Formats: sequence, C-alpha cells, structure tokens
Amino acid sequence: MLKISLENLGKLFDAVAEKQTLYIPTDREDGASEYKKYESGMKLSKNLNTLRSAKDFFFPQTENLADFKMEGKKIEVIDVRKESEDFVVFGVRACDARSFTILDKVFLCEPVDSYYKNRRDHGTVVTMACTKPTETCFCGTFGIDPTAPEGDAACWSDGENLFIQANNEKGQAFIDSVSSLLEDGDTAKLDEVKAKTKEILGKLPLANLSTESFGGDKLMEHFNSEKWAELSESCLGCGTCTFVCPTCQCYDIKDFDTGHGIKRFRCWDSCMYSDFTKMAHGNIRNSQLERFRQRFMHKLVYFPSNNNGEFGCVGCGRCLSKCPISMNIVKVMKALEVK
Amino acid sequence: MNTNDTLIPRIGVVTDIRTDTPDVKTFRVNAIQADGTVGGKVFEHMPGQCAMLSIPGVGEGMFSITSSPTNKEFMEFSIKKCGCLTSWLHAMEVGQQITIRGPYGNHFPVETDLKGKDLLFIAGGIGLAPLRSVINYVRDNRANYGDVQIIYGSRSKDDLVDYQEILDEWMNDDGVEVNLTIDREQEGWDGHVGFVPNYVKELNPSLSKTVLICGPPIMIKFTLAGLKELGFTETQVYTTMELRMKCAVGKCGRCNIGDKYVCKDGPVFRFDQLDELPDEY
Amino acid sequence: MQEAIISKAKQLLADGTVNRVIGWKKGEFAYDITPAIFESAEEIDAEFVYDDFTSANVSKYLVKESKKEGKILAFLKPCDTYSLNQLTKEHRVNRDNIYVVGIPSDGKLDAEKIKAKGITGIIGVERNGDTLKINTIYGEETMPVSEAMSNKCLSCKSKKHVTYDELIGEDGEVIESDRFDMVEKLENMTSQERYDFWKNELSKCIRCNACRNVCPACTCENCVFDNPDSGIQNKAASDSFEENMFHIIRAFHVAGRCTDCGECSRVCPQNIPLHLLNRKFIKDINSLYGEYQAGEDTTSRAPLNDYTQDDCEASIVHERGVE
Repeated sequence: MLKISLENLGKLFDAVAEKQTLYIPTDREDGASEYKKYESGMKLSKNLNTLRSAKDFFFPQTENLADFKMEGKKIEVIDVRKESEDFVVFGVRACDARSFTILDKVFLCEPVDSYYKNRRDHGTVVTMACTKPTETCFCGTFGIDPTAPEGDAACWSDGENLFIQANNEKGQAFIDSVSSLLEDGDTAKLDEVKAKTKEILGKLPLANLSTESFGGDKLMEHFNSEKWAELSESCLGCGTCTFVCPTCQCYDIKDFDTGHGIKRFRCWDSCMYSDFTKMAHGNIRNSQLERFRQRFMHKLVYFPSNNNGEFGCVGCGRCLSKCPISMNIVKVMKALEVK
Repeated sequence: MNTNDTLIPRIGVVTDIRTDTPDVKTFRVNAIQADGTVGGKVFEHMPGQCAMLSIPGVGEGMFSITSSPTNKEFMEFSIKKCGCLTSWLHAMEVGQQITIRGPYGNHFPVETDLKGKDLLFIAGGIGLAPLRSVINYVRDNRANYGDVQIIYGSRSKDDLVDYQEILDEWMNDDGVEVNLTIDREQEGWDGHVGFVPNYVKELNPSLSKTVLICGPPIMIKFTLAGLKELGFTETQVYTTMELRMKCAVGKCGRCNIGDKYVCKDGPVFRFDQLDELPDEY
Repeated sequence: MQEAIISKAKQLLADGTVNRVIGWKKGEFAYDITPAIFESAEEIDAEFVYDDFTSANVSKYLVKESKKEGKILAFLKPCDTYSLNQLTKEHRVNRDNIYVVGIPSDGKLDAEKIKAKGITGIIGVERNGDTLKINTIYGEETMPVSEAMSNKCLSCKSKKHVTYDELIGEDGEVIESDRFDMVEKLENMTSQERYDFWKNELSKCIRCNACRNVCPACTCENCVFDNPDSGIQNKAASDSFEENMFHIIRAFHVAGRCTDCGECSRVCPQNIPLHLLNRKFIKDINSLYGEYQAGEDTTSRAPLNDYTQDDCEASIVHERGVE
C-alpha cells in the first residue's frame, strides 16, 4: 500500500493545499478540535473526532439561496449560486464519512438539491481510520467499521507511517496528485494496529447496542411507548444534539431585507425547537415530549422506513458528550429496546 | 450554474383579485412570457397540488392551487387572511408580482381511482379551495365521472367561498347536486342551516360514492365519524392536509409525520393511509 | 453523601411530606448524569445518584414542577439555592410546593476537561483526595482534581444555602472567590484586544440556545428569539455580529438577576465562557450600586429595579466608555 512517513505529512498537506483548498481537523486552545482551512505548518489533531461534525462542508449552517430585487410591483430573482471550487477534506472519521451517504439520500434524491450537490461534486473526502475509539463510540451498531472507513480515499496510521488507498476515481485522482510524495510500504505493522483496534471495538461499553428493536415496521409500537415521558422530562429543548449531529439536516428558510434588496437564507433548524412546526393557526407538536419523540423516531424508525432500513444515526457519539442533560439516542434505544 | 433548483422561484403576476368573503380573496396569477408579455400559466399542475407563493422579505407559504388544470389561461389561489404573509397578499393590488414555485405534492387520483365513480365533495369554509380544482376538473371532463354531489358549509352566507361560481355554474350543471348550509340563521338565507357533519347525515348520501373532504380539523373529524356511521369505509374517503412547510420537497423536515412528508407524499391522503401515521396532524 | 440523600428522599416520600423528588439519574458512563424526577423508593434505589458529576442545577425545572399537584423535594447545592431564591422573588416558582433539602458540594467535575487532557475511553472516575483516578479502556490514568474541576466550581462564591427546609450536613459560608479576576483581565485589555477576545469566542456559537434554555434567569414563556411574530426571530447567521448581539442582549436581560450559577458556560457545547459577560454586569452593579448578590434573599429590591438618591448618574456610562 502507498504510504508517507508521518513526519512528512506536512509536505503532503502543503502539496495538496497548493492546488486546492484543504481542510484538516486541528486543535483549538480549549483542547477541542475543529476543521480549519489548512495553512502551512498547521498540525493534524490527534483527537478522535471534531467537536462539530463534517456536515458543514456540504450543508453549511447558513447559506444564501437567492437574492431578490424589489422595485414597485416588480420582483427580480437573482441566482446567486456559484460553481464551487474543488476542495479536500482530510481526516474525516468513518462515522462522519457514512453521514455523507445519509445526507446524500436526502439531498440528492429528486428534486436534487443543487446547492448540496455542487459541494459534493467538488469536494474530495479523505478519511482516517480510527485507532483509539472511545467510550461514546457506537458506529459498529450501524454497521460501520472504523478501521475501514468509506470516503473517496482512506488513510491509516501505524504510528510511523500514513497509508493511503483510493475507494473511487475521485480518491485515485487525489492520490495521483500527490504520488511523488508516496512510496510503497509494508503493512505488517498496520495490520497489527488494525487487529488491536478491532479488539478494543469489541470491548467498548456500547459494543452490544443493537438496532434490532428498531426500523420502519416498528412505527406505532414505539410512537405510542410510555417511555417518552420519562426520557424527555428534563430535555431543555435546545438544539445542541441537532447541531452537533452529522446526520440532522432539517432546515429553515428565511428572508432578510438588507436595505439594498432581499437575501433568502437557508439555515440549520431543529425539530427540538418549540417553533419548528408552529403555523399561523397552531402547532402540531406543542410539548417537548412530542418534539423529543420526533427527533428519535425520525432517526430510528421514519428514516429507515424510507431508506431500505438504513438508520439516521452513525454512532459518532457527539450527542452523548454534548447534550447538556446527557440524554441521548443510546439512552433512548436502551429504554425502547424490546427485550 | 446552469441547473435549475426548485428552491429558486419564478415570477408570477397577479392579474385579478376577487374578494370572496370578508377574509378570503382569490388571486389570479399569470406568467411572464419570454417576450415580456403577461399571460398563460407559470406551470401545469394536477387537482390537489400546491404551490409555494412568496413575497420576498415577507415570507413564503404553501397554497393549494384552486383553479382546475383544465383552465389553460391562468392559475387561481383562494387565500384566507390568517398570518403575516397572507395579510400582505390581501393588501396587494393587481399588477403586483409574486414569486411562485411548484407544483408540489401528490394530487387527487382523478385519472385513476376516482375515474368512473360517483363523487361526493364535502367542504367547510376555506376548505372548498383545494376541492374547487377537482370539482372543475370533473365538470370539464364530465363523461369520465358519475354523479357529483357537493355539500358545502360555512359560518354564514358571506363566508361561502366562490358563491357566485357555485350559483351561476355548478348549480346549473346536469348531474351536479349542490347542497349548501350555513352555521346559523341569517336574513336573506332560505337554504339549509346547520353544521356540515349533521347535514351530511341528514342527506344520507349513497354508499357507492367516493368522498373528498376538506375543511377545519374539527369538521373533518365529526364528518368522518358520521360517514362511518352511515356505512362508508375509510378506503373511500380522501382528504388533503395542511402543515407548516418550508422547502416543499421533503427535505427541510418540517411537515414530517411518521414516515411521510406532507409536502411530498401528501397533501392528499386516503383515511386508511392516515390511520397508519402517528396522530400528529 | 449519596446514601444520606437517598435515605432522606425515601423518608420524605414515605411520610407524605412530598410526592416527588427531583434529583439526578446515573447514565451509561461515569459522568453522563441526567436530571430526573423520582416518584417511588424503587425508582430512587435503582437510579438516583449524587456524585462528582451531578453538577446540573435543577432549580429551573421547579418553575414547571412547583405548579403541579403536591409537593416536590429538591436537593439543592449551595449555588442552586441562589437560583431558587431568585425564582421565588420573581414569582416564577411556587415555593410552598417545594421542599428543599440543602446538600453540600465540594466541587463538581467536568468530563470535558478530563477528555481535553487526551484521556479517552473513560469508564470510571474515582476521586482520592487531590488526585483523580480515571479508569479507561486503555488502562488507568491520573490527574489532579483541580484540573478536572468544573469552571463554575473553581470560582465558587458560596458554600452557604440561602434557602432550605432542611439541611444534610453542616452549612458553609459565603467565601471570597477570585471570580472577577478574568473580568478584570478583560477590563484591562485595550478595546481592540477585548473585541478580538469576544469575537473569537462568540464566533464559535452554533445557535443551539442551550445557554438560554438552561438559564434559571431565562424563564420567559416564549422567548422573543423563538417567536415568529416578534420580528426578530432568526436562526440564520446572516452576519457574524448577530451571535455577539444575542449573547450580549441576553446578558443585559438577566443583569441584576443572574446569580452566577455558571450553567450557561457549563452546557455550552462550544465551551464559550458566557458567564464572563454576566460577571461583568455583576461586578459593575457591585461597584456602581453597592454589593449585591442576586438570589441571596427573596425580598430585597434589585439595584436595577430600585432608585435611590445616591445612585450613580447615567453619564457614568459615557465616562467609563472613554479610554
């Protein structure tokens, strides 16, 4: 397999960044990591995952959909879309890589969302295999192997070298673009690292979490469960879980009068928010119980019902560590589990 | 970018405004043709489908297309004033441009399940708006359908939407029976007085009819119960729903109920299909 | 301590003093504690927990809970009692429906701080004096307790319970804290440095509203930022300045009412030190209108709701604005 010494990783980043915009996870002063536009000398974070997910690259928190010019009774629609430039996101974990295929199912089904597709077409996702999964990880529950991540190209580290392999043409093009820095390498040590990681995966506290009780055919059974009251009783109704979630994709559309015209924006929204379903003449989900239930039913029942059984969760564990009251999909699954 | 995106709307011109009731106006919308002239429709649709109308800076909302697809000259929207956007629309003058995108959602199965059937339309208040599209489609394709009965009720005579069209056209059609009712006695009204659900039971329509119903949730609830008492089954009753929508293409998540998106999988549902959904509408 | 609390809860349920208990429920790991309501001794035995990670202030839940049928038992840490007092003063809770048992706190831990040390795979955490022993799937790790201490506890202002019906253990005292040190540091910056500091911090905001929703001083039935009819509801970051304004407006709104419970910063998923905005107000109020601690009592008039002849002149704002 092709490899580059970890010491020379900076050279690889420099070479990539010379041609296209490169984003890598890097550490913040508070210890958390986030994706940043690469600048020479920037260090790749050693953290398992970024605080915010990687969905921003394709579905940003806020984006301009269109502009309007209003003059008297006339309206002019201005298409503000621009062809995206090519970019590379490096170091995406297997969970986040899978989240893109989940977002694809929503945004690339007819009618295709051209804003999302534009970024997807121009973005190359280079993933990074995990070697140190943590207690909040449960990607295995959703059939994800963090030692064999998806993405256009995948990377592995054995502690000394970074190995890289293409998963498709786009990934191959990426490798070709830096091939002068790569050489053939022996994967014996890497195989050991992978085996060790797999052993740890089996020992994770959530290793046995199962999706067996969930899916599209369990709709009414779970919807009518008495457990929701207890599960949602201390929910603050904030949007933390939604906004750190790599698969949550609900959005709002909102216009602003800039004084020189109208800008129409799309921005992340949360089904946990009290105004999410509010209409001029009422609200179909008036209680936090209903809103809380909607979020988890969507991931565990409604989404699989519409997507051949695929769940709307990738087990990244962000909501587990970020929910202010530590209520999360794992606790919901365990409570609703049919034993 | 040269691909179209459904979220980028087109322009429609309001070419006629009719005041139907104290709080309902019907707006006629035409397209701007390539040569700059105003005329024709912005897009084609099927009865029951919706469009997103917007005044940029005020808001965007989903509205049922009230006119029939058989009308080749224009589209119409009957809109009740109930919020920020609808208030703005009500204040418009002829010639005002609006943005429009669509058509969205499914439609009443006029070319399949409803074909050849005797049809019973039950509407309350502004609920006539989505059904008017079907009624006029059926009237224009008369040979394809059996008897048509329309039971329509409102708070008062002044609140009956499209009253003039009902009197001048629908009531004069062969094979179309129109039963109007208002909630309370009113001077100058010698027709039926009473709520729609009770009136339906009184009229005791034939069980062979396929029913299309639209109105306030409480009216739908009691009418459906009454129909069941009469012996109708849920598989022969259709309705159309209204929920908060933003994208209208099943992506923004707002109108999601169970595994359905009302904007995409609806707004038209048969009652047996609604039974399979959580009770959140 | 947990045992004493559990037996007190069961006793007060059994003798009919209360019909519900609000406390904390253990989670999957050592630290993922959820505020919860318990209605029976069985539920309490099964899940009630009071340990180093039970930092959530449950006072705000009492706004809703105290309006329900029957009395609810609330276990409150010293800082939590300030919040409850303030809510009582503002008539947001029905104090008669709440039975408060004051419980001591020797500081709560923040799992994020442990993780920030690179410690991963945490399955157990044990506090031995000043040392924290962390059991992980990769082996045992240790770190000083002080480095894992929650920010709100690092600058604890009081070990005293300002309202209670009963106490477990001895009551403590109001303590000298260094809680205004960072505010002073910010005050001593140039306006450009200060602007850069806040721009860096506030630009991390993801508009999740966790700070507002957890805040015991934010109890509006419907926040203007959630109300489509208010005209200012907005989820789109159309301009990065808006996040700044949201937090500054919120700080203004809770000025004179914020008890400095620190929940806003504790729950912020982006670790923004939001409490510093509130502390700046507290410090200013102290210096302009005399020492005042919101939530200390339920009767005194708050400085911003009161007028005395020796209040500072409005022009002070202008004078202070000049560098």
